[in-house]
Amino acid sequence: MKNLKKIVSVLFSAILLFSATTTSSVAHEKLHFVIGGGAGGGWDGTARGTGEALTKAGLLKSASFENMSGGGGGKALAYMINTKPANTILVQSTPLVLRSITRHEGYVKGTGTLSYKDVVPIAGVIGDYGAIAVAKNSPYKNFKDVVEAYKKDPSSVKMAGGSVRGSMDHLIGALAFQAAGADPNAVQYIPYDAGGKALAGLLSGETQIISTGLGELMGARDQVTIIGITAPSRVSDAPDAPTLKEQGYDVQFVNWRGFFGPPGMSDSERSALAKILGDVQKTPEWEAVRARNAWVNIYNPEGKFVEFLEKQTEEMTALMKKLGVI
Amino acid sequence: MIEGILIGLTTALTIQNILMVMVGCFFGTIIGMLPGLGPMTAIALMIPITYGFEPATGLILMAGVYYGAVFGGSTSSILLNAPGVPGTVATSFDGYPMAQQGKAGKALAIAAWSSFAGGTLSAIYLLFMAPSLSKVSLSFRSPDYFALMILGLTAIAAFSSKGQFLKAMMMVVLGLMLASVGQDSLSDITRYTFNNMNLTDGISFVLVVMATFAMSEALTIILKRNDPTSAAKQVSLTELGSIKINKEERTKMYKTIPRSSVIGFLIGVLPGAGATIASFLAYGMERNVVNDQEKEKFGKGSVNGLSAPETANNAACSGSFVPMLTLGIPGSGTTAVMLGALLGFGVQPGPRLYMTNPEIFWSIIMSMYIGMVILLILNLPLIPYIARILAVPKNYLIPLILFFSVTGIYVMSFNNFDIYLMIGIAVVATYLRLYDFPMPPLILAFVLGGLMEENLRRSLLLSNGSWEFLWDRTLTACILATTILIVVWHIYKTFKKKN
Repeated sequence: MKNLKKIVSVLFSAILLFSATTTSSVAHEKLHFVIGGGAGGGWDGTARGTGEALTKAGLLKSASFENMSGGGGGKALAYMINTKPANTILVQSTPLVLRSITRHEGYVKGTGTLSYKDVVPIAGVIGDYGAIAVAKNSPYKNFKDVVEAYKKDPSSVKMAGGSVRGSMDHLIGALAFQAAGADPNAVQYIPYDAGGKALAGLLSGETQIISTGLGELMGARDQVTIIGITAPSRVSDAPDAPTLKEQGYDVQFVNWRGFFGPPGMSDSERSALAKILGDVQKTPEWEAVRARNAWVNIYNPEGKFVEFLEKQTEEMTALMKKLGVI
Repeated sequence: MIEGILIGLTTALTIQNILMVMVGCFFGTIIGMLPGLGPMTAIALMIPITYGFEPATGLILMAGVYYGAVFGGSTSSILLNAPGVPGTVATSFDGYPMAQQGKAGKALAIAAWSSFAGGTLSAIYLLFMAPSLSKVSLSFRSPDYFALMILGLTAIAAFSSKGQFLKAMMMVVLGLMLASVGQDSLSDITRYTFNNMNLTDGISFVLVVMATFAMSEALTIILKRNDPTSAAKQVSLTELGSIKINKEERTKMYKTIPRSSVIGFLIGVLPGAGATIASFLAYGMERNVVNDQEKEKFGKGSVNGLSAPETANNAACSGSFVPMLTLGIPGSGTTAVMLGALLGFGVQPGPRLYMTNPEIFWSIIMSMYIGMVILLILNLPLIPYIARILAVPKNYLIPLILFFSVTGIYVMSFNNFDIYLMIGIAVVATYLRLYDFPMPPLILAFVLGGLMEENLRRSLLLSNGSWEFLWDRTLTACILATTILIVVWHIYKTFKKKN
């Protein structure tokens, strides 16, 4: 009898709790997305796409967006920290971690190095894996060929990437070479100012391999052979692209995109937002947005997200020290 | 190919697609006229709307916005010296002086016809050569781009005549200095940012253009308001002038348009250049080939000088579809957004596109012809009305220009720092103008300088620090040799004239 009572009360509270959480997610009246870059960029697409899916799926009543360019996203970050706006979240991605390692000074007056710890990580929602590719007519057929050629003559392999030294594109390639037992700092990295230009550089023959995000290569899949991606297993959008892991190189890297709240955001609000960001991924409205952007769902809420960010910071710090960029 | 044309026509000539071309061209023209708001932003915001459409329809709409903006951008360049899109900056070099001489209607008509011809001719090149052109896209390496930028800098000669040489060179240096602000494109080091994060992304091209052209022009007019010559000018400007292009001008255009369309199209095909570079190069090249009498008019309202960049920017616009469609490589921000949309439709660009989705490839080309005709019909009859802007009294017009400059730059970045920076640069530019410093060399150096540095340093990285890359490749050596020839020729001419 006593047991039955206990079960009933547990059930009852469970129902209450369930209804409480559902009401709190429906209760999301409005959400303001702060975007640290201009219209048409990656952050912009993530925020607007997420906002669109959330409202269409009925998890959010109204979404508003604000582009705030400057300092490679630093302006928007400083805005979140300084003004602590209500009902507002910031979209960010891997560069937040990288910048916290290299240089983060000057974002907020009187503080030194800033990191993701200065805002409230809510959830990572999507990601793009890194990829290494060669031109279709390249003599290299897999990453092993590249490593062997590199070991014979380090200057024979030049690696193109769509951003500066020490950027994500550079780190993806360096990680792969490091896993192959090569000195990542001796790999010649040739920076370009956009992924498309790096691709043109590869195809014109001035570099031998390209290291960038898988998403950048999707448009040119007929021109390049992807010889390794940094995912734990093959991805459905590019089933013919082998992982580096299956070739025996233990490399995993994901360029995440996620949302952050202002400092001082309450735990309940944070959990509620993390929940709707997760729930939305099960809806057809999200699927429509995801498919047209070729995003990979990588939902990583709250504590798990923080853990992930800590691990990424650690790995990247070690690598960037080796590369001499910090 | 005939089969392809037929497939393209059947797709492009459906009522829905013709409507899309019209809508795209109309919005593009308006976006192009407004300073600040460019085709890239407009297309990015348009993408969610296009997802209900067939891929071909969506792309036809986006392409219409793109070339419509380049077409419409010339209007504000010519009338207000406030280029609407980066590709039409060179249009203002001769278009604005021409309008100031009371020939605004004529300048707009020349621009419209040149744009039309440039767009149509390049669509013909696309039709016949697209498959082989993808090879051209990939034939340029970093050293070649470097050489091309050097060649582009020779266009500065157009602004350095009659004792202006030193001033033009000083403006070049100033332009190069402004271009070096911000994060260095190769090594993640920030330069001249004074620890201000608003400067870490560098100064945007549009901001510099608005500050040195639109705003400083407006400020100069305010400062010179009591100048009797400008009052007389105001009276003459209220008369629009004829929009008819006379026979002499037409003969000039017949020569300029074919060569500029080829230059523009080829530069547009290169993923590392684009419409802005194409228009500057065509302008510089045009000045090198015209006769001495016409050369003197460059920068002061030359027909060739207006027609060349207008033809080239539209040709480059069509050319930029080559690397995007046949290789999947975006050469500019605008084509990158369009490529993303294409992938979103589930269409894989590349050489196979002809086979897998022939209707997309051919219908875009066909829609370009339709689009060009629509733009011409849309623009020509409107010229008398649009040119009336100049008849607006200056005390209304100037605040409007200032208002559009400020809001235009703000909607680009949503960063008020950019407004302060623009005003700062505009004030400096106004002082320089009063002392007769020419602004175009600054803009040229700003655009070409950044690319030149980046490609030079990349070439050095690729050649392990050796300068051999300057003559290692035939293409690089040829471009550099042409540059040297042009410079030597100019020096020789100048000496000959003096003696």
